[in-house]
Amino acid sequence: MSDDRHMMDGPEDGPIVVTSEEHAVDLLEAEGMGVEPVTQWDLFSTRLRRHRLAMIATFFLIFLLVLVLVAPVMQNAGWIDPPTKSLVDGEGRILRNIAPRGASDNVFYSEFVDGVETQVSASSTALWFGSDDLGRSVFSRVIFGGRASLTVGLVAGLMVAALGTIVGSLAGYYPGGVDQSLMRFTDLVLGLPLLPVAIVVGRILPELSFLPSWLTSGAMGIALLLGFLSWGGLARIVRAEFLSLREKEFVEAARAAGASDRRIVFRHILPNAMSPIIVQTTLIIGTAIIVEAALSFLGFGVRPPTPTWGAMVAEGGRLAVRGYWWGLVFPGFALVSTVLAINFLGDGLRDALDPTQTIERK
Amino acid sequence: MTEPLLSVDNLRTYFSTEEGIVRAVDGISFDLAPGERRGVVGESGSGKSVTAMSIMGLIEPPAGEIVTGEILFRGQNLLSLGEDEMQDIRGGQIAMIFQDPMTALNPVYTVGDQLVETIVLHQDVSKTEAREIAIQALDDVQIPNAKEKLFDYPHQFSGGMRQRVMIAMGLSCNPELLIADEPTTALDVTTQAQIMDLMLQLADDRGTAVLLITHDLGVVAGFCDTVQVMYAGGIVEAGTADDIFYNPQHPYTWGLLGSMARLDAVQQDRLHSIAGTPPSVIDLPPGCRFRPRCAFATDICGRILPQLREAGNEGQTVACHHADEMDLKTLAVDSSDRIVKQDEVVS
Repeated sequence: MSDDRHMMDGPEDGPIVVTSEEHAVDLLEAEGMGVEPVTQWDLFSTRLRRHRLAMIATFFLIFLLVLVLVAPVMQNAGWIDPPTKSLVDGEGRILRNIAPRGASDNVFYSEFVDGVETQVSASSTALWFGSDDLGRSVFSRVIFGGRASLTVGLVAGLMVAALGTIVGSLAGYYPGGVDQSLMRFTDLVLGLPLLPVAIVVGRILPELSFLPSWLTSGAMGIALLLGFLSWGGLARIVRAEFLSLREKEFVEAARAAGASDRRIVFRHILPNAMSPIIVQTTLIIGTAIIVEAALSFLGFGVRPPTPTWGAMVAEGGRLAVRGYWWGLVFPGFALVSTVLAINFLGDGLRDALDPTQTIERK
Repeated sequence: MTEPLLSVDNLRTYFSTEEGIVRAVDGISFDLAPGERRGVVGESGSGKSVTAMSIMGLIEPPAGEIVTGEILFRGQNLLSLGEDEMQDIRGGQIAMIFQDPMTALNPVYTVGDQLVETIVLHQDVSKTEAREIAIQALDDVQIPNAKEKLFDYPHQFSGGMRQRVMIAMGLSCNPELLIADEPTTALDVTTQAQIMDLMLQLADDRGTAVLLITHDLGVVAGFCDTVQVMYAGGIVEAGTADDIFYNPQHPYTWGLLGSMARLDAVQQDRLHSIAGTPPSVIDLPPGCRFRPRCAFATDICGRILPQLREAGNEGQTVACHHADEMDLKTLAVDSSDRIVKQDEVVS
């Protein structure tokens, strides 16, 4: 190799002739031109950080997640009020449909302290977003409502990603009987109409007393239900990707290099099918949050008085007609911006995971 | 003769399609000595690639099936091995280089990742050691700045560079047999020569036997010790490169050689072609498969499929009933550039 001559333009005029490769690398490094090894993670995070919308969305979602996670702590600390209690004034009159305003004294809610009903001073945030028809703090309800909506979105999204990918990969990688039976089952699930089934199951679920209560009454039951009804589309997409990728020469080459089926599926095919999986999953997260809202709107979602964004929008709609816009606008804004942020993040993830992507996105 | 490294005996690989059974490889036998470079030539569809796939155990049922035959690799029948044992051999003792380097590398991993993966799979080394071996392998295929190129993705490489990477990957585990399936078809002519030189130089250094599948007779003439000519799923002629190029015994071999573009044949202004097309391997004619296109065909050719037998030089084998009788020099080219017997030339 030492007889190989490499020419390159040096810092001065005129080319430098270097007679060995090691020497060439030394020179590059001496000039500060040496290339640091870039790992896949570096590339991925660099690309994601360049995607401005995705970064904004990420920060927004992290903020939102932290906010809904610490909501009970904030309530205990007295920063926000219980989402299910009516606010009253000094004379005990319920503060219905109060327009948003800053901190105000003379706002209370009743609490049992040592078995005695006492009036507790509400937090300063109580009326930031106004109050609803029952005099409850919209600000507090938007934050607590996020718990249900995000649970439904994330749990349903994870479930769809897992089920859809597993079923789709198996069907796409093993043609014949496995493919046929899995895809007919997928067709069956796809054939179930989402809303009617969700309504019926949502109606029956609370009656099933043998099931644990976290499954029947909270957002978790709805989340699992929506997850189970929504994976069909992703399974089809993943199967189609697998069908085309398994015929690719790099898969054949991997097999010729002695890779096992498992290695081929997980290391060679699946990473190439990541973009549709991510895009579809983020879409499903958004859809699940909206469907949960629709279910709550129809009265079949999470049981009242537990707040969810969907139920608040439904109720806020009725109030908005009467001019009390705050009951609709704040939860509606939370709902829309969350779904948007998830979609932006999905977009950014897809671009960041594609190593051939060179165009800088703004 | 030494114990052969690879011994293929009466291999038949069939594919079932809607039109019928495709006899892609129909009863071929050959031996490959350690370190031997063997060229496999023939038209498209003659069974060259399927032979390679059969050796690698990459024929996937239910579409394709090895119906009969034995593939002995160092005395071990590959067809009787389980999938796990085959996985150890693939990429380890037998490596394969594919036709199209543009698609043979996984686009989502760096070149280094893919090299290291193959090395770790077959050698008992740590990731760090594997990386050293990978750098050495890229260095061996003359990729400059191997250390940095390790972190590049396939799309950052040109076609020739990718094929070098494929060769590095194939040879990184010091296989005893390298199967190269038209390794230079997708590359331009100047790159082709470099890649061939490099591949065979490296194979020589390691004592690796090479099975080179190609339609390029020039490549075979330059690089191979022995040649087998395949036609419609069978071997029609086999021998040393000299035998095949200077003393061809089969009319098909003669036709192939006659249809080569040659720089030294200045008087010839158009390329010859062999009349007719290869038979469909679904619906093979009885008797010799080359009969419909052969100028020497007689009655017997239509009835009995000729088997390989010694003819011409020592060690040369030909599957033709008339191998010793006919004088291929009496073949000529008629006005429509077809190869016929001299006395049949109509001008």
